[in-house]
Amino acid sequence: MDASRPLPTPTPETAHFWEGTSQGELRLQRCDAGCGAAYFPPRAFCPRCGSRDVSVFRASGDAVLYSYTISHRSIPGFEAPYAIAVVTLAEGPRMMTNIVECEQTPQALQLDMPLEVVFARQNDAITLPLFRPKGAAR
Amino acid sequence: MKPNTIAVVGAAETTDMGHIPNLSQIGLNADAALNALADAGLTPGDIDGVATAGESPIALCHHLGIKPAWIDATTVGGCSFMMHVRHAAAAIHAGQCKTVLVTHGESGRSRQGALPFPIPYRGQLEQQFEMPFGIAGAPTMFTIPALRYMKTFGVTEEMLATVPVIQREWAALNPRATLRTPVTVEDVLASKIISYPFRLLMCCLVSDGGGAIILTSADRAADFARPVYIAGTGESAESTMVSQLESYDSSRAFRMSGAAAFAEAGIRHADVDHLMIYDAFAHIPLYGLEDLGFCKPGEAADFIRDRHTAPGGALPVNTNGGGLSYAHSGMYGMYVMQESIRQMRGVAPAQVPDAKISVAHGVAGWFSGSTTIVFTNQAQL
Repeated sequence: MDASRPLPTPTPETAHFWEGTSQGELRLQRCDAGCGAAYFPPRAFCPRCGSRDVSVFRASGDAVLYSYTISHRSIPGFEAPYAIAVVTLAEGPRMMTNIVECEQTPQALQLDMPLEVVFARQNDAITLPLFRPKGAAR
Repeated sequence: MKPNTIAVVGAAETTDMGHIPNLSQIGLNADAALNALADAGLTPGDIDGVATAGESPIALCHHLGIKPAWIDATTVGGCSFMMHVRHAAAAIHAGQCKTVLVTHGESGRSRQGALPFPIPYRGQLEQQFEMPFGIAGAPTMFTIPALRYMKTFGVTEEMLATVPVIQREWAALNPRATLRTPVTVEDVLASKIISYPFRLLMCCLVSDGGGAIILTSADRAADFARPVYIAGTGESAESTMVSQLESYDSSRAFRMSGAAAFAEAGIRHADVDHLMIYDAFAHIPLYGLEDLGFCKPGEAADFIRDRHTAPGGALPVNTNGGGLSYAHSGMYGMYVMQESIRQMRGVAPAQVPDAKISVAHGVAGWFSGSTTIVFTNQAQL
């Protein structure tokens, strides 16, 4: 259903993230130099302290809804109205996503609602991390 | 930099404003430039520095017959031209050039010879981590922080709708404003939904237009009529990705830019007679009022509702009608400065009596960056 939405073009520094989503893992990075901060989007160094001593880890996939807007203009891959959301991951970083298995209304989309990641396969190379209300019917 | 050592000695907008189908993007830049040169009593041969965004400054120099010793193509979004003024002031101060022309021209409505809206390139972080989720231009990005801000501070849709209502009151006083008919909160909330919680009247216009500013050192400003001095400037940047801003309750770039400009000018908030806050969408003046320090966090909506920024209020804001009602070609920062300069010259359609200090505050992208400029008509503050 999302065949025509714009898809990401991975780069060397982000390949681990997109390989992760294709394997059903949400991967973040963490600074191993002492500051310990988890960060996103991917890069080969810590954005807080500049250290290149960083590692990739599997995130829990839990998040809460930070903010969103509901666009009322359809574009390729998106039938209006659709919400563009920003979620705060349990590990701290924020990411843009869509909220699925949920009505795209202000009533259904409550800020701070608990969410969990779902993986939406687009093709052999790309799977997008989307989020649904935590505990939504499987 | 020492306050009041650089002055605006020429300033003008395009001859027409709003719908200008007979001029291309570079033509709008040139029209504004020629108007500003005429305002200053100068010719292109008097200019040795040029800055612009959208159009190449090289193309513009050649178009106008200028042989520059200094150019700046800083292109960060709507407040680029405000950054150009700051950068030009530093360049003049450093002796790299003497007389700088900053221009803006954009065929936002008629799309004549216009740049397409920038789309992230393949592999750019926005292309990987924002585009796949349905962003489609400013109305779907600039708006994302608003619901969080509204929840944090208890701001309702009715309070958000008050921003365009008050600005329309100012626009009604300005014959050049695109939209001048008074509107009510009910009118705003009944207008077409664009991207929740934003309705059409909470979103800026899409216009054709432009403007230009000529700067030189203050010691030369006595040769010109009505010089307006640069008392202080600040700039900052945060993220081109709206999803990666530090907070949606406040703009870090706004706070840093504003604090730098106020500190350089050595002014307090009570000294400010007139304020311009770049308003691409209705929530930005709320962030601006708070992050510049005119209101405490969360108090700006009440401040506007209580008519402090309205005609007759103690702090007139966006007196041209703003991007919501005056004009908005896409990169609105030039018009923010033009209205501040008109107010400092005493020639604004909705003139603030005896105004001596005007603060102009701009935004780049979607809270991506910021520039703040303190203008004054006083040779010394």
